[in-house]
Amino acid sequence: MSAISAAERARLEQKFPEVFKTSFFKRHGLIVGLVATVFYLVFCWFFFNVGPALQNGKWDRASIYVQDWYSWRATPRLRFGEGGTITPQWSSRGQYPVGAEIDWLTPHDDGSMTVTFGSEADRLDITTTEVQVYVGGEAWPVMIADGAATAPEGAPAAIQQDRQKVIVDFGFEGQAEIRDKQVYVQRRFFGWANFLYDPKSPLWGHDFFSSIGLMFSGDRVNPDMSNAQFVVNQWLNNQAWQHADILVKLFQTLVMAFVGTLLATLLAFPLAFFAARTITPNRTTNWLMKRFFDFIRSVDMLIWALFFTRGFGPGPIPGIAAIFFTDTGALGKVYAEALENVDDKQREGMKSVGASPASVNRYGVVPQVLPVFVSQSLYFWESNTRSATVIGAVGAGGIGLKLLESMGTNSDWDKVAYMVLLILFVVFLFDNMSTAIRQRLIGGTGH
Amino acid sequence: MADTTHSSTGLSQVGATLLEHYRGQVRTRRIYTILVVIGVLVALFAAMSYANSANSGKFFERLPYMFDFIKNFMPRDPFEIFRAMFGLESPYFDGSAKYDYTSSNIWLTDTFYIPNFIYQLVVTVNIAVVSTIIGGAFAFFLCFFAATNLVGAGAVRWIVRRIMEVMRAFPEIVIAGLLTAVLSIGPIAAIAAVSLHTIGALGKLFFEVVENADMKPDEGLKSVGASWLERVRYAIVPQVMPNFVSYGLLRMEINVRASTIIGAVGGGGIGEVFRLSIGRDYAAQTYAIIILLLVTIIAIDQFSGWLRGRLVGDASLNFGKASV
Repeated sequence: MSAISAAERARLEQKFPEVFKTSFFKRHGLIVGLVATVFYLVFCWFFFNVGPALQNGKWDRASIYVQDWYSWRATPRLRFGEGGTITPQWSSRGQYPVGAEIDWLTPHDDGSMTVTFGSEADRLDITTTEVQVYVGGEAWPVMIADGAATAPEGAPAAIQQDRQKVIVDFGFEGQAEIRDKQVYVQRRFFGWANFLYDPKSPLWGHDFFSSIGLMFSGDRVNPDMSNAQFVVNQWLNNQAWQHADILVKLFQTLVMAFVGTLLATLLAFPLAFFAARTITPNRTTNWLMKRFFDFIRSVDMLIWALFFTRGFGPGPIPGIAAIFFTDTGALGKVYAEALENVDDKQREGMKSVGASPASVNRYGVVPQVLPVFVSQSLYFWESNTRSATVIGAVGAGGIGLKLLESMGTNSDWDKVAYMVLLILFVVFLFDNMSTAIRQRLIGGTGH
Repeated sequence: MADTTHSSTGLSQVGATLLEHYRGQVRTRRIYTILVVIGVLVALFAAMSYANSANSGKFFERLPYMFDFIKNFMPRDPFEIFRAMFGLESPYFDGSAKYDYTSSNIWLTDTFYIPNFIYQLVVTVNIAVVSTIIGGAFAFFLCFFAATNLVGAGAVRWIVRRIMEVMRAFPEIVIAGLLTAVLSIGPIAAIAAVSLHTIGALGKLFFEVVENADMKPDEGLKSVGASWLERVRYAIVPQVMPNFVSYGLLRMEINVRASTIIGAVGGGGIGEVFRLSIGRDYAAQTYAIIILLLVTIIAIDQFSGWLRGRLVGDASLNFGKASV
């Protein structure tokens, strides 16, 4: 391609002025917009103190929290007693029943104890005066004397002296803190501990398949009820995982979304007829109704939720009320817009045969807008299933509050993961359900 | 045709049969409608009575308390609301936090300050705007990989769509809670939570827009040998950009609300201040925040509506709808 001559250039410029002489905004708008956005983000970086906050973050804890989602820790404190005895002391969330045989924690006849971390090459041989630390098959003796544990000279990086105690790190498998009176062991395993039954249950130790087998086998574990009933009962009453409680809370959240959206639909439906210019030819009524919708829609859902929580106490009622108030406004607005866009011919047809105003609306308007209305309500139902979780967290109860409580302990992240999975499952289920209903209603043509 | 029997309605036999069938179908349909309505109503009342029994206070028992609460939840005089709003000193100040409107003000210079509530509101609005920008940017890059007309119906589309779905459905408070545990309470947790949700929500709307785009420019570019990237850049992006901007602005309106709620569960900003003040019965401060929030949300809705109208015109939101 050769360069064009000046005359040719002038001719082109004259012929297509709209191409060559566009406004500044059109030519540089993208660049200007991008630069402004970047400047704004940089400003926000400093406004929100993002740098210092990230620096001061407890990132070591973050990795533990994330690992807790899919794995669990057994955390016995091996306390040194009189005469060289060692007794494991379990935390309140003990994952083993009393007297259980644990394959990674072996007591010996002489009072010493062996803790293995994944293999024989990574283990602790514990006596009250000395701990033999095996890292990758190599033994490092940690001496305990004069109220302090001392790491040996030239120990690898996995063995760290921290003032009076020695910290041994075995990576994912866990870690151990050797102190003068105890060894605090954190042993990590993949999966969720005691998801089926808590250690107090007589069924502890059964996995999923053996539980199914038990349901159909003859001998009753509990003489009062059938095995199937007993298995379900023990699972629901699992103290560590609180399945029954979590499922009830999840159900409450779903009830909040369902009742809130349905009541809002039932109220917004008649009100929208007053707000629609084409249906009610009274400008004052239209205006008042629309401003009313704007008002209750614009008062934040959070405000309604907290307000009603003060009034009715925590539970599904404030959640329902919050969704009901916000969505009456939002649905009313959407419905009114749909009503203003109806095809006038059908109403005219009804009017021409002398129908009453009620019949005109019933047969001339409702059949047109009903699919749109139902489809919009289903959209709101879907999204409310999600927002009911958050509303619950601020005090209305349900699974949201349960999530917040579990996160507050900082040690129940496995339970958080379980609830998240349940919520994801339910949301997907409802999404698909409402999409299916919507498509049946509007014949897959959209609106 | 004298042998054709006439029914009393004056219809031919075929017509009468048709009418009968039609009536039968209408009847069946009506029965189904009634059954569905009854089913929904039964479910509604069952759910309502369940909600009532699960609540810590019963509805009709608590209703009088509710009205009492509203009646008693009044500031000592109406001007208290404005003093709280603008961080002015209260004549009732007795050292308690209830009437302390001044100590949290942000002093920029010796004479100029930003009232605390307005500052918190600015924080919340900024959280919403930043989240919309971040979420919108990611959604923009992801959406082309979820559109059937650009990547086909293969594994890429499936994976990207599932990622978007999970981001959309993932409970925001969990992301906020996790980050709060790591970074302590602050706006970063809120930004992350709202941004992730925005990616999922906008991504879905964006790819639906892309799928409804006119493919003729794309074919034109394809015929002259343009690469996939060039086709997306010059054939698709110019078409869909107005709708993207319009959806982004709509999302910003929603995000302002979302960031107040997330603020209340650990994200900071006006949401947290509101939760504290209503929980501690600070009537004047509560009303001040309600008014501020109401005005802000209405102002942002109006502004974004105006901007949408200016940038893309009325047709913007009918793009997807008209062509589905």
